[in-house]
Amino acid sequence: MDMLKGIRAIVRKDLTAELRTKELLSSMAIFAVLTIIVFVFAFDPTKAIVRQVFPGMVWVCFIFAGILGLNRSFVSEKQNDCITGLMLCPVDRSVIYFSKMTVNLIYMGIVEIVSLPLFTVLFNYQIPVKAISPLVLIIFLGTLGFAAVGTFLAALSSNARSSEILLPVILFPVMVPVILGAVQATAAILAGSPAVEWFSWLKILTAFDAIFLVVPLVLFEYILEV
Amino acid sequence: MIKATGLTKTIGHKSILQNIDLNIPAGQFVTVFGPNGAGKSTLLKILALISKPTKGQVIIDGMNSNEKPEAIRQKIGVISHQTFLNDNLTARENLNFYGQMYKVPDLKNRVFDVLSEVGLEFTLNDPVRTFSRGMQQRLSIARAILHDPELLFLDEPYTGLDPHAIQILNGVLGQLNVKKRTVFLITHNFEEGFAMSDRVLFVVRGKIVYDGKKAAVNKDELKSLYLQKVEGAA
Repeated sequence: MDMLKGIRAIVRKDLTAELRTKELLSSMAIFAVLTIIVFVFAFDPTKAIVRQVFPGMVWVCFIFAGILGLNRSFVSEKQNDCITGLMLCPVDRSVIYFSKMTVNLIYMGIVEIVSLPLFTVLFNYQIPVKAISPLVLIIFLGTLGFAAVGTFLAALSSNARSSEILLPVILFPVMVPVILGAVQATAAILAGSPAVEWFSWLKILTAFDAIFLVVPLVLFEYILEV
Repeated sequence: MIKATGLTKTIGHKSILQNIDLNIPAGQFVTVFGPNGAGKSTLLKILALISKPTKGQVIIDGMNSNEKPEAIRQKIGVISHQTFLNDNLTARENLNFYGQMYKVPDLKNRVFDVLSEVGLEFTLNDPVRTFSRGMQQRLSIARAILHDPELLFLDEPYTGLDPHAIQILNGVLGQLNVKKRTVFLITHNFEEGFAMSDRVLFVVRGKIVYDGKKAAVNKDELKSLYLQKVEGAA
């Protein structure tokens, strides 16, 4: 209960500060929209090949926009040494991790809500109605996995001098199962394949998310010490 | 109140603290002096549970820092030359946030009370980024005393303060003294540090080289003793 109250307080603080400045959300949204526009110019929306690369384009947009948010999640706490203020609070250190992960999940969710409809409109791509629920589930699990690993590694890299370069370098090798699972499952769902074809990817995503939601409980305290 | 045994901190091959033993009874005002890079702030960070020692243990109010860190942190307040405040939030929002984290009862009134104590009650809804350095430091004092800590750590709190802010800080420290709170102050300012302390420590090269009651020496003797100890260790 205390843990949930702590998470809620930090999430509220971060969202209030972001709503006041809109620095991060606007840069993530603008990046996502520009990526979509570049893809529209690069690939002819009328060609059949677009149907095959569409899931990859969607996830490239989500992930690169998400990295902008991850980079800032701990670097912003360096100002006035706010991270020490958080570390002094009488809560388990994993509360800091879970609140930052929740904030990243919210930011990415907002970017996805904006960019996915834009993708479908500009590429004239109609998502079948029966695919919407499994697609939302896969996007959620993929985003959760990305935010879980990304937040953990963002904390690790935040003390480095070139953290904005270091984070993507250490993040992508660890993220391979999530990216692969999310793209393959999205492609199978959009192609109208039976559930059995994307169910194994769903299991991989779920297992990966579970691991990276448990690991920080043990290791996050040491990450903050680095 | 604080019992530290065998505190050692090494970073890479560099030894920051060497086997420090320290016992501070409840209600004592301890002032720590030492040259830059002596390990004073590292000692404070370990005692305030911000950082872990490489070796040794810290027991605060009978609780081991490895076993009950959250319960210990509830009793601790820290004032540093950094404010730990979010510039984009108002004074009220910053204090509300910390109040929620420390589970402060009757938070609304408590926020107003501590802001009044540091003379910032009229800036309740102003963003911290619009505050001067002195005002930010005063708000930082309000943040640190918001949950009425039994143990207050201060790391060079006089840095960048105007005379008014120094007066407010000394007022707060005086009140803590009256309430018999334990205070651990790190400063280079002999005037301020000596005036309120019960006990004085010198930390040089990661070791406590002097530990004495304030009553045993006067300020000038303490200054010359400090210089002897620092030069002796060089």
